[in-house]
Amino acid sequence: MSQDCCAPEGNVMILACSGGSNVGQLSNQAAVELTQEGFGKMYCLAGIGGHLSGFVQSAKDIPQMVAIDGCSVGCAKAILDHAEVPIKNYLVVTDVGIENNHDFDLKKEEVQRIKEAVRDACDRDQPGLPKAATGACGCCG
Amino acid sequence: MEIKVLGPGCPKCQATEKNVKETVADSGLDVQVDKVTDLMEIARYGVFGTPAVVVDGEVKSVGKIPEKQEIMTWIEK
Repeated sequence: MSQDCCAPEGNVMILACSGGSNVGQLSNQAAVELTQEGFGKMYCLAGIGGHLSGFVQSAKDIPQMVAIDGCSVGCAKAILDHAEVPIKNYLVVTDVGIENNHDFDLKKEEVQRIKEAVRDACDRDQPGLPKAATGACGCCG
Repeated sequence: MEIKVLGPGCPKCQATEKNVKETVADSGLDVQVDKVTDLMEIARYGVFGTPAVVVDGEVKSVGKIPEKQEIMTWIEK
C-alpha cells in the first residue's frame, strides 16, 4: 500500500454531463480524454445528485474543478447548485458552437474543441494551471 | 458517536488523525475514533482523495487537514 499522500491538490475534478444527446456524450467523452491526458480526474456527478456525502463533500472541498454541461438546460449546474457545491469553472458545450442533436457518432474534432475550451476555462480563472496534473495520486478509490 | 479517519498513512493522514483524537480528548465526549487505511474500504465512501473524515457515516472533510475548531463543531452537533 502506498504511503504517499493522497490529497487531491493538483488534480482538477471534472464533473460532466452524460445526457441523452450528442452534446451530453461529447461532454462525457471530453472528460474521459482529459482524465487520460492527466489534465484532471473525472468524478461522479450522479453521486453528488444522489446526495451521497462522500461525493458532495469532495466536490465542496476540491480546490480546482470544472463542470461541463452539454446544453443550456444546465443539468450538471443544477445538480451542483442543489448540493450547494460552488462551481469554480463552468462550460456549456453548445456555447462552443456545437449543435445539440441525437447523432451519437461522436466527432473527434468536436471532442477536441471541448477539451480546449475546458482548458481555457480553467486557465482563465487560474493562470498557470498545468496542462497536465502533477503529483497527487488522486482518488484512493 | 463514531469518527473514521480515512487515509493510507501519509503525513497528512496522520496529522488529521492527531487533530481528531486531540479534539475528542478536549471535548470530554464519548467518541470512538478509528483509522481506515484499507483502500477498498476507503473507496466505499466515494471520496476524491484523502485524508477524509467521516462522522457517524457522513463525510465531513476531504483532501485536507481539518482544524480542531472545525472538528469540534462536528462533535458538538
